[in-house]
Amino acid sequence: MDEVIPPQLLQLKGITKEFPGCLANDRIDLDIQEGEIHALLGENGAGKSTLVKIIYGVLRPDEGELWWKGKLTQIPRPANARQLGIGMVFQHFSLFEAMTTLQNVALALPTINLDDLREKLEQTAEAYGLVLHPEHYVHDLSMGERQRIEIVRCLLQNPKLFILDEPTSVLTPQETEILFHTLRKIASEGRAVLYISHKLEEVRSLCDRATILRGGKKVDACIPSEESAHSLAEKMIGQKIEMVEKKSSIEKSGMQLEVESLHADPKQPHGVKLSDLHFHVSSGEVLGIAGIAGNGQGELMGILTGETGSPASGAIRMLSKEVNTLNPIQRRMLGAVFLPEERLGHAAVAEMTLSENTFLTSADQMHFDKRGWINWPAVANFSNQIIDDFDVRTTGEEALASSLSGGNLQKFIVGREILQHPKLLIISQPTWGVDAGAAAEIHRKIQVYAESGAAVLLISQDLDEIFLLSHRIAVISQGTLSLAEAAHEMSVEQVGLLMGMRHDQKSGNAAA
Amino acid sequence: MIDLIIASVLTMLTAATPLVFAATGELICEKSGVLNLGVEGMMLVGAVFGFAVASFTGSALIGLLSALLAGMLAALIFAVLTLIFLSNQVATGLALTIFGTGLSALVGFDYVGKTIDRLGQIYIPVLSDLPLLGKLLFGNDLLVYLGFVMLLLTDRFLKKTRWGMILQAVGDSDVSAHALGYPVVLIRFGAVLYGGMMAGLAGGYLSLVYTPLWAEQMTAGRGWIALALVVFASWQPWRVLVGAILFGGITIVQLNAQAFGLGIPASFLNMLPYLATIVVLVLISKDATRIRLNAPACLGKPFRAAR
Repeated sequence: MDEVIPPQLLQLKGITKEFPGCLANDRIDLDIQEGEIHALLGENGAGKSTLVKIIYGVLRPDEGELWWKGKLTQIPRPANARQLGIGMVFQHFSLFEAMTTLQNVALALPTINLDDLREKLEQTAEAYGLVLHPEHYVHDLSMGERQRIEIVRCLLQNPKLFILDEPTSVLTPQETEILFHTLRKIASEGRAVLYISHKLEEVRSLCDRATILRGGKKVDACIPSEESAHSLAEKMIGQKIEMVEKKSSIEKSGMQLEVESLHADPKQPHGVKLSDLHFHVSSGEVLGIAGIAGNGQGELMGILTGETGSPASGAIRMLSKEVNTLNPIQRRMLGAVFLPEERLGHAAVAEMTLSENTFLTSADQMHFDKRGWINWPAVANFSNQIIDDFDVRTTGEEALASSLSGGNLQKFIVGREILQHPKLLIISQPTWGVDAGAAAEIHRKIQVYAESGAAVLLISQDLDEIFLLSHRIAVISQGTLSLAEAAHEMSVEQVGLLMGMRHDQKSGNAAA
Repeated sequence: MIDLIIASVLTMLTAATPLVFAATGELICEKSGVLNLGVEGMMLVGAVFGFAVASFTGSALIGLLSALLAGMLAALIFAVLTLIFLSNQVATGLALTIFGTGLSALVGFDYVGKTIDRLGQIYIPVLSDLPLLGKLLFGNDLLVYLGFVMLLLTDRFLKKTRWGMILQAVGDSDVSAHALGYPVVLIRFGAVLYGGMMAGLAGGYLSLVYTPLWAEQMTAGRGWIALALVVFASWQPWRVLVGAILFGGITIVQLNAQAFGLGIPASFLNMLPYLATIVVLVLISKDATRIRLNAPACLGKPFRAAR
C-alpha cells in the first residue's frame, strides 16, 4: 500500500534568531502540510511568538531557511507573507484604538470601498458566528471583542496558511465550537492552520500534530490526540506540575462583599449599563462571574474598585462597610485589593521597576511611607519576597515591569496583592494570555489564599478557570447577572447558555 | 462704518491665514505621531528665504515657493535626527526653533528695512465689484482661499481617504502599523516634511503678503500659537479654523483699540489674542473622550522597527 504524503506547505529548517541577551529561536525545524491543523506549544518565552513573527515577515531570522510550497523563499515583510497567502491573528493585538472596527479591518486589506467592506465584514462575521459592530471604536471594546476583530480580519484575507495565536482564550464554549468548526473546514479545503494555544484540551481535540518548544528549542513533536493534557503540559514545561484540587466543602463565615440592586450607567460611549446586580461573597469562598467579553465585566470592575465613581443606585458593602462613595485607596485601606484585567498600564506601570510598582499599591498598607519619605529598603525586601514566593522569573526587583513576560508579571502582581493579606480579593482575568505553568501557579495561590479565609471574587471569561476555582458561579450578560449557584450543580453547557441571555433576577422587575 | 467692518474682516482673515497653514501642517505631522516643536523656527526660515529670494528675483511667487522649500529643508533636519537617529523629539524641536531664529536673523541681516512688491490681490470682474459681499468674499489675496482649501483637503484626507487612515494608524500604534506591513518611518518622514512645507508657507505669507518686509523674529510667536491650536483643537481641522479666526480677530480688534488710544496699556492689548485663543480652546477641548479619540497615541514616541 502506498502511503500518500501530503504536500508540504511550509517548511522551516534551522531557524535561529538572537536578540541581545537571549537566543529566542535555536535551530528550529517545523513543517506544515496542506490540510492539517498544527499546534505550536510552549510556555511564554519559549520562542513561539518569535517563530510566527518570522513566518509572517515581521522579524528576519539570523539563520535558517524558509520553504513555501517546496520553494526556498524569503519573507522580508508582512506584505510578502500576505501575498504568499499567510494570514495571522496576533496575540498582542495589532489594532488601532482610536479607529473603528471597520477601519481596523480595512487597514489590513488591499484598497476596498468601505461600504462594500462593511457588508463583507458583516457576512463573514455572521458566517463564523462572531458578533461585531463595524462602527464601534476599538478603545471601548473588551479584549474578547478585539480578538474577534482580529479573527474576522484574518478570515477576510482568505489565507492559505492561517496562524492563530491564542484565539480562544476569550470565547465561550459555543463560540469556540463554532471557531473549531471553521478551522476544520479551512483545513478540509486543503489550507493549513498553525494554532498556538495554552489550552491543552483544545489542542487535543482540534490539532492533527503538535510541535513543542521550550527555551527557544524544538524539544518534541507528537500527535496531541494520543496524549493527555497533563502529559502535554509536562512536555511543555519539562517538569511535573501540581494540579489544583478544589475542596467541595468550605468553611463560610462573615460576608465580605455584598452588592444589592446595583445600577450603574456606562462611563464610555458604547459601554454596558449595569442593571440590578445582586451578589455576595463570604470569607473562604470564591465566587466566579463568567461571561463573554464586553457584557459589563469592565463596568462592574470599575464600580467595585471605585475607579469610575459611585453607582447610580444600590449598595456596595465591603467588609461590612458601605463603600459607595469611597475612592480606590479608601477601599483598599479597608482590606480589599483589586487586580484589573490589563496588566500593563492598569495593574502595573510599564516604565517603572517592580519595586516602584510594589510601592504604588502597598504604600499605606505595608507602612512604606514614613511622613512622606519612602522606606526603599523595606520596599525592595517586600518585592524580593514576592519574587521568591511567587516564583517570578526576572533579573531582580529593579527590573522594569515591561521587561517581564505576561505570566511572570501577572505572578508578580498577584503576589503583590496577596502578600498584603487582604480580606477581600477582587480579580479580573488573572490568567489571560498566561502560559500553563504560570496559570497553574496563580490558580494554586488564589485557592490557597481563599482557603486561608479570604473572600475572592473572580471575574473571568475562561470557563475552565471559573470551574476550577469557584465555589459558586454567576453569569454576567448584557449588564445583568444570573443568580449565583453552586459550582458542582452547574455544567459547562448550562453556563454557556446563561452567557447568551439577559437575567432579571427578581421576577417583579419590569422587562427592559 | 460698513467699510470699516469689511476691512476689519478682511484683515482678520489675513491674520488667521498663516496660523491655518502652520497648524494644518503640524496637524498632519502630529497625526503621524511626530511632535515637531520647531514650527516657529521653520516659519522664520521660510519667511526670510522667501523674502530674500523675492527681493533677488523680483518675483513674490518664486519667493513663496522658496519659502515652502526652505521650511521643508528645515523639517528635513528634524526628520533625520528624530526618525533615523531617534533623538528626543521635544528637545530636537526646541533646538530647531532656536536654530531657525538664529539662521533667519543672520540671513535676513541685509534685508532689514527693504521692501518688495507684495503678492497681488486677485480681482474677479463683476464678482469683486458686488456691493458688500463682493469685497468680503472675493476681495482677498489668493492665499487666504488656499488656507480654506487646505483645511477642507486636510479634513477630507483624514476622514475619507485610505492614506489618511494609514497616517492616523501610524500615529495611533506604530507597532501595529509595522506589524501590518506599513512603512512607519517613511510615512512619518513624509508627514514631517509636509509640516515643514506648510510652516514655510506660513512664514512666506507673513514676509511676502501680510507685511511685505523682513524683521527679525517677525513671526512673533505665531508658530507656538499654531502648535497650541493643534492640541487645543483636539486634532480636528475645523476647530483649528475657529482658533485661527479668533486669534486673527482679536489681533485686529486690539490693533484698532490701540489706534483709538483707549488708555489700556499696549502690552496688555498685545497679550489679548494669545490669551483669548488659549482660554477659548481650553474650553472647547474639555471633552476627554473626544481628545482620546483624536489624539495620536504614539505622539512623541520614537519608533525603531525590530528586525
